[in-house]
Amino acid sequence: METIPHHHTGLAPHVCGECCTRIENLDVSLGGQRILEDITLHLHCGELTALVGPNGAGKSTLLKALLGEVPHAGAIHFLPVPGHGREDAPVIGYVPQQLEFDRFSPVNVHDLFASALSRWPVALWYSRRIRRAATEALCCVEADNLIDRRLGELSGGELQRVLLALSLTPVPNLLLLDEPVSGVDLAGRELFYRMVSGLRRRFDLSILMVSHDLAGAAEVSDRIVFLNRKIVCLGRPEDVIANAELRRTFGLDLVRPEASHA
Amino acid sequence: MNLLHDLFSRLPFEWAQFAFMRHALLAVLMISPLFALIGTLVVNNRMAFFSDAIGHASLTGLGLGVILGLADPLWALVGFAVLLGVGIFALQRFTRSTMDTVISLSMCVSIALGVVLLSRGGNFNRYSSYLIGDLLSITSREIVQLLVTSLLVGGGLLFGYNRILLIGLNESLAGSRGRNTWWPQMLFCATIALVVTMNLSWVGILIINSLLVLPAAAARNLANDTRQYVMLAVAISLFCGVTGLIASFYANTATGATIVLVSAGCYAATLGMKWFRARAG
Repeated sequence: METIPHHHTGLAPHVCGECCTRIENLDVSLGGQRILEDITLHLHCGELTALVGPNGAGKSTLLKALLGEVPHAGAIHFLPVPGHGREDAPVIGYVPQQLEFDRFSPVNVHDLFASALSRWPVALWYSRRIRRAATEALCCVEADNLIDRRLGELSGGELQRVLLALSLTPVPNLLLLDEPVSGVDLAGRELFYRMVSGLRRRFDLSILMVSHDLAGAAEVSDRIVFLNRKIVCLGRPEDVIANAELRRTFGLDLVRPEASHA
Repeated sequence: MNLLHDLFSRLPFEWAQFAFMRHALLAVLMISPLFALIGTLVVNNRMAFFSDAIGHASLTGLGLGVILGLADPLWALVGFAVLLGVGIFALQRFTRSTMDTVISLSMCVSIALGVVLLSRGGNFNRYSSYLIGDLLSITSREIVQLLVTSLLVGGGLLFGYNRILLIGLNESLAGSRGRNTWWPQMLFCATIALVVTMNLSWVGILIINSLLVLPAAAARNLANDTRQYVMLAVAISLFCGVTGLIASFYANTATGATIVLVSAGCYAATLGMKWFRARAG
């Protein structure tokens, strides 16, 4: 592993810099195959860490391990946020990769929020309190006008912003974004990145974002982790971009085009 | 209950003069809303094939009940279906195969096993009433049974409605909100199995799934949000249930199948309305 000094370097002044999430010696094996090996990674408050790597590198698996969906060895510690969330039951915000669902489903944005935030069956009940909470959250991503639209009517970018708003209600200890802009057009991407960047400052959020969009990720993130089963390289975007293996993987140098997978 | 009976018997229609029709009407009024409610989730969570399979696979439950010599094979039916429902869900999780493969596999095996068990000695015809169902044979004791289970299951479903809806949209998203995603799905599978099999003898194995799916599918064509969706599904289900029952009385046809045909008509009508609305802008 090529170590680039990263701890508490180059952080903007708004960042408290504490480690929000500590991943220590994480191993994941599925069906006898090792998918992740000895991952040690500290995520800081107010910092956006981008996770890049070739297909099958274990990026999504790492998120799933953080979500508690796949069994793993090693430890994951979360820093409790004052007010809500405990170390053993952290609040994790999650924005899935393009939601696959039936475009003709009658579920609208309000229903999505109500079903996630409340126990009162949306089949019978529309509570004003939930509607207010949903509107407030949607305002943060400039999407409050979408509240009565069906999910199937939203564009890719709009849907991702709605999901981002949902993931911020309540404000999480850790925000996980799984390729949030794949399938979103260029303007939508820029808007989404701008939102995420703003929210990171506003809520002092710790964010881990899986991305295929290396250029976009380099632009918006504080740190990049290049993952290929192990952490190959991590550090500030400009340093990681210079890494030879990463350049090979993403085909950034056209000297050996046969080696590019991106 | 008796009050309703009296009330129905005062209705100025020919069919209302018969006790079996009044019984059947009560049953329809209880089954329809419950089926519609479950149906909205079944359609949203893409489980229509699952519920269909459970209905068909209950042939094995019936066979087991007969072999065990139970006077009323209903409990063997319900027990087997619930186990199968939960089993299909678990099998899919552990093998990570696609759901339709697992369902299709279990359905084929259970139908075959059921037919083998029931056709032993060449008596399969004795059980053909389960294929078509007979709503008019329902007794008042069974109606009370139906009422109690409908209320319990309906209440439980409403309690879990939001969770199942969210899981249906995206399971990881539901899981990220600190909620267990296994139990609700498992219980929902068991609930579908329970409701489908409890009502098999009235509606029939061959068509019970359409009662579940058609009202929800029709409501979907018109609804703009989840509450409208559920309310419309319940209304359509009630309307088709009552209309189908009365139509079957005059046409002298099997009640379950008549209700399904009316529901299919409703579906076609809503599809037309949707198309018309889209064109009108």
